[in-house]
Amino acid sequence: MSSPSNTPRTLTYAAAILEAVDQEMDRDPDVFVMGLDVDDHKAILGSTQGLLEKYGPERIFSTPLSEDAMTGVAIGAAMAGMRPIHVHIRMDFLTLCMNQLVNMAAKSHYMFGGAVNVPLVVRSTIGKSWGQGPQHSQALYSMFAHIPGLKVVAPSNAHDAKGCMIAAIRDNNPVIFTEHRMLYYTEAMVPEEPYEIPFGEAKIRSKGDDLTLVGISNMVVECMRVHEILADEGISVEVIDPISLVPLDMDTIIASARRTGRLLVVDNAWTSCGMSAEILASAAERIDPDEGVRMQRMGFAPTPCPTTPTLEDAFYPNPATIAQKAYAMVRPEDKNWSPDPKRAELAYQMHFKGPF
Amino acid sequence: MPESGPDQPGSEDIERLFRSLYLIRRSEERIADIYPSDKIKSPVHLSIGQEAVAVGICDPLRPADIVAGTYRGHAAYIAKGGNLPAMMAELYGKADGCAAGKGGSMHLIDMANNILGCSAVVGTNIPVAVGFALKLKRDNNDNIVTCFLGDGATEEGVFYESLNFAALHKLPILFVCENNSLAIHTPIEKRWASNDLGMRVKGFGLGFKKTEDPDIFLIRSLAAAAIERIRQGEGPELIECHTYRWREHVGPNEDMDAAYRSLEAFRHWQENDQMARLAEMLGADKRKTLQDSVEDEITAAIDFAEQSPFPLIDELHTDVFAQ
Repeated sequence: MSSPSNTPRTLTYAAAILEAVDQEMDRDPDVFVMGLDVDDHKAILGSTQGLLEKYGPERIFSTPLSEDAMTGVAIGAAMAGMRPIHVHIRMDFLTLCMNQLVNMAAKSHYMFGGAVNVPLVVRSTIGKSWGQGPQHSQALYSMFAHIPGLKVVAPSNAHDAKGCMIAAIRDNNPVIFTEHRMLYYTEAMVPEEPYEIPFGEAKIRSKGDDLTLVGISNMVVECMRVHEILADEGISVEVIDPISLVPLDMDTIIASARRTGRLLVVDNAWTSCGMSAEILASAAERIDPDEGVRMQRMGFAPTPCPTTPTLEDAFYPNPATIAQKAYAMVRPEDKNWSPDPKRAELAYQMHFKGPF
Repeated sequence: MPESGPDQPGSEDIERLFRSLYLIRRSEERIADIYPSDKIKSPVHLSIGQEAVAVGICDPLRPADIVAGTYRGHAAYIAKGGNLPAMMAELYGKADGCAAGKGGSMHLIDMANNILGCSAVVGTNIPVAVGFALKLKRDNNDNIVTCFLGDGATEEGVFYESLNFAALHKLPILFVCENNSLAIHTPIEKRWASNDLGMRVKGFGLGFKKTEDPDIFLIRSLAAAAIERIRQGEGPELIECHTYRWREHVGPNEDMDAAYRSLEAFRHWQENDQMARLAEMLGADKRKTLQDSVEDEITAAIDFAEQSPFPLIDELHTDVFAQ
């Protein structure tokens, strides 16, 4: 590897993840990558491209379709001192890993009195659009966030993806690393030298005074568009990106909500028992009712994700529906406002035309 | 019947094997005696009657070899040389327990003696043990993993997934199926479409041996041969050992009065008890010396557990995450 420069370059989300994994594999011979198709010509949307040639088949290898056992193998290898990165092409497949992740990965350090660590990274992508349908679109991070012992991250841009990946690989705990498919083509300024994004520190993506908008995963991108749309209306929105869901930086969210008096959480998942429920419950516990902070949330429709585009469009929150909700919280007297539909279209969704 | 016959054991072998069998049997009988006092607040799944499998399999292992046990794991833990005072303290829920009191009887661990943490969810230890075997192969030494599992675990999908992966990568792991023919109370006839586990295992390309004979020397001989082949890099194998659980599924008591299993089989296994057999093979003096030393060791372990403090309340929140 050539010596990294400090000057940021523009990288895609996929390239940023690849660079993080490459740099860590180069630094630490215990880091290895496993999962179905990690070493094929498509290389998990390019995010494992070239690692086979560089590190060989002992350090990056495809696996049988045995998610349950392969998760256990990764856990065992991690306990034995290695640092596996287990890759899944869809988060939906993590349901096949639940026993090992919930009963072993999450609990082993505690249940065995600190005798073992499980430094494991579980990568998976969330699908959306062009017919991903009910079983290729689920964002199941809140199921993992429920379990003590698992860290959960959902970076929303290439810069954070690289820093979170390096932090996840170096972490001595299992980390559920969630990557939204729509973010893969987005670009950000990414320093070449390795760096860590610390977990449990939310970032304020844009400053504002009228409403606090918390977006999770790709919803950060959509909330940034809402920030622009509502700025045109004279409404100033503060957009917060938690980045890591466990640990969760509630201090930053609560401080902002106290200042703006309004808190809207937009999750890329269902609302019931999800991250939006957790964030609002934590906020409600800590913010006195007398402070008068209004709280709302948005997420998937309470249905499986439909495949046909007409229904799928209605399933997800989007910049138009989010802007409408935020507007109504700030100006409840004006019930008929809606944004210009053209203004609400998102460039990052235009990149991907399908088919898969 | 298996191809290999029993070794000709020397007197040192007999003494060593007897001591291990007796240590497991008496430790568990003492646990059963203490149990009604409610000092042990952890469900115990006793191995009484099944000790010969753990002892016969572990005897040819080296200290550097790794053992993965099950929630019925006292026998494998002790047979591999696990720390007995730390095990007793763990059953008592004490701070000096092998899992700091946070695991209990079903989650014994002793990494200093290469005994992996046990899981209460059947079959869950299997792929984790395979992960350790992957690490051993990467390290390129000739140490191996031995993974104990019950007949019930062979019904879990993860068992077959694990066999396939271990065989695919020729990993250094010996699987040992302790077949006591019961999953809690449900007999194997209600669970297995075919009794031929070997056919299933061999289908994945693993070596397979089976014994229905209680003979500990035969078990040890099968293990020694398999372990040697695995050390040579010939890939994983599985040994199926029939055995018999003398006590209830969980708890300290016998439960033959519940009449869910045959008294005849129980009598057969009791009449072929390997601890009693080896006791007969020893001279009276030698036997007495070994028994006394084991009783002292157990008493010391129980005293250690009694004396150890309970964890401080603050410990509730420690070790959720590693530093």
